[in-house]
Amino acid sequence: MAIAKKVPEMLSKQISFCPGCGHGVVVRLLAECVEELKMEKNVIFNVGVGCYSLATPSIEADKFDTLHGRASAVATGFKRCNPDTLVISYQGDGDAYSIGVGESFSAAYRNENITVITVNNTNYGMTGGQMSATTMPGQKTTTSPHGRDCNTTGMPIKFPEMVAATFPNAAYVARGSVTTPKYVNQLKKYILNAFKAQLNNEGYSLIEVLSPCPTNWKMTPLQSLERINKELVDYYPLGEFKTRKEK
Amino acid sequence: MEDMIKGNHAFAEAAIRAGATFYAGYPITPSSEIMEYLSVRLPEIGGVFIQAESEGASMNILTGASASGVRCFTASSSVGMTLKQEGISHMADSYLPFLAINVVRYGTGLGTLDTGQSDYLRDTRGGGSGDYRTFVLSPYSLQEAVELIDRGFELADKYGMGTILHTEAALGQMMEPCTFPEMKKVERRHGSIDGTYSFERISPLYRDRLKEAIDEKAKYDSIKENEQMWAEESLEDAEYVIVAYGLAGRSATGAVKQLRAEGHKVGLIRPITLWPFPEKAFAKVNKDVKGFISVEENATGQMVEDIALTLKKSDKSSKPVYMFVDAFGVPTMKKIKANFIRVKNGEIKEVY
Repeated sequence: MAIAKKVPEMLSKQISFCPGCGHGVVVRLLAECVEELKMEKNVIFNVGVGCYSLATPSIEADKFDTLHGRASAVATGFKRCNPDTLVISYQGDGDAYSIGVGESFSAAYRNENITVITVNNTNYGMTGGQMSATTMPGQKTTTSPHGRDCNTTGMPIKFPEMVAATFPNAAYVARGSVTTPKYVNQLKKYILNAFKAQLNNEGYSLIEVLSPCPTNWKMTPLQSLERINKELVDYYPLGEFKTRKEK
Repeated sequence: MEDMIKGNHAFAEAAIRAGATFYAGYPITPSSEIMEYLSVRLPEIGGVFIQAESEGASMNILTGASASGVRCFTASSSVGMTLKQEGISHMADSYLPFLAINVVRYGTGLGTLDTGQSDYLRDTRGGGSGDYRTFVLSPYSLQEAVELIDRGFELADKYGMGTILHTEAALGQMMEPCTFPEMKKVERRHGSIDGTYSFERISPLYRDRLKEAIDEKAKYDSIKENEQMWAEESLEDAEYVIVAYGLAGRSATGAVKQLRAEGHKVGLIRPITLWPFPEKAFAKVNKDVKGFISVEENATGQMVEDIALTLKKSDKSSKPVYMFVDAFGVPTMKKIKANFIRVKNGEIKEVY
């Protein structure tokens, strides 16, 4: 049976990302989930600083561009003032885990009833591919041209695992990927779970998404997908680290 | 007679009476009593109190609240305000109103726990990166602080910008009798973000920054024209005019009164808005004035620059500007009087 796939109405404008980038898929999934839950007139997209900042002009819903790394703090302000509104904090790995790790960690610590989406592409995409907290050991970036040396730079951070292990009250924590249709469907389920948890006032939810960055990885889109499926998922396992309690 | 209340508690209560329902902050001496008070008081009125993980985060939490159209505020002291500047600049860029109470402690970097006026230049020049200003209001008593906090919120809302209540450790820590207005109810601002997408918000990437910058200049010019506040004494026949704000201004008020009684022709300008600087007060000074004396609680002299700049474009551009600075503590009336006599006797050289 043919399935009619409609572009979510809130995304009727064009979004421009590099060919093979994963952000377009993530934004599309978020919009689909918001519409499925009929929250398009009761949602705030709160967006950090990175390539994904390019998406906000195209999202036709309430939205706010925060400072670099501060999205979880700003989302806290939004949620406390709009407790019945779905508040989404959309960030990247550099934004959420490096310059904003204090804000990210503390929002989880306070168990803010928000949903944080962190797109992990193992580098700073917008500034031209510098090493980030999630860059893999040996990975070449513009600030680790000989490959990341973990003896001097530390090991890549696993934020979802840390949140799940540290904060027993957190409502929902998962890591997904956009590299295969199966993973995309799985990621959509994770997002729906997180949104439902928030709307049910269950507390903090976090989803990390492994996402390709062909431009800065100096790979073709297909090679980028392969890199995630072969290399990244070993270090960054997919799945749910904290599931919703039975309601 | 009114009840006595501690300064920091009075600031907090004044903000509540002015209709504020949202606070985020981080502890720092000598302003922590503000958040201690609010941790109990805000929940009582159904408001939101958040003890943030950092000064910077508290400002970004406030950003979400202000963008939601809620009357919100924070407080800190000197070095803590430095950490807030990132958020203050971002809120300025987003035209978001807020009130920040700076209970100044003297010093550079970590600074001291002494009272002082060492943040004048930082606070009156915007403070963070960029091309903006905030209102800077300075009270000389707790009663005036209560009034200025309400005024500060109104100005912030009217112009879509921030207000700094620029006060000092000594006022935050002292007690005075104080009366408060009735509780004010403030609706959420029109055009704010509430999830319903009732108003389109232009992405920072697509804003016409050049046009906005020109509009901002016009807005600031209009503020300078219409929102200056100051107190004055005897400017019509003054040979010398003492200029001082905050508690230094309070000492100076007493000193001028005594000097007048002793036969000295001395006047006073006490700026209440540090930005916009009360230039109009200087226009009222008689043209035969012999000089101006800036009295400040710092070592290097900060407001003295604004006095000199203000005079430059007036009919008093050739008049000397002297400075009496007292970094550690509020200058006493006795010291101000003694320094006035030294200026009068030609024992102190002018700064400008």
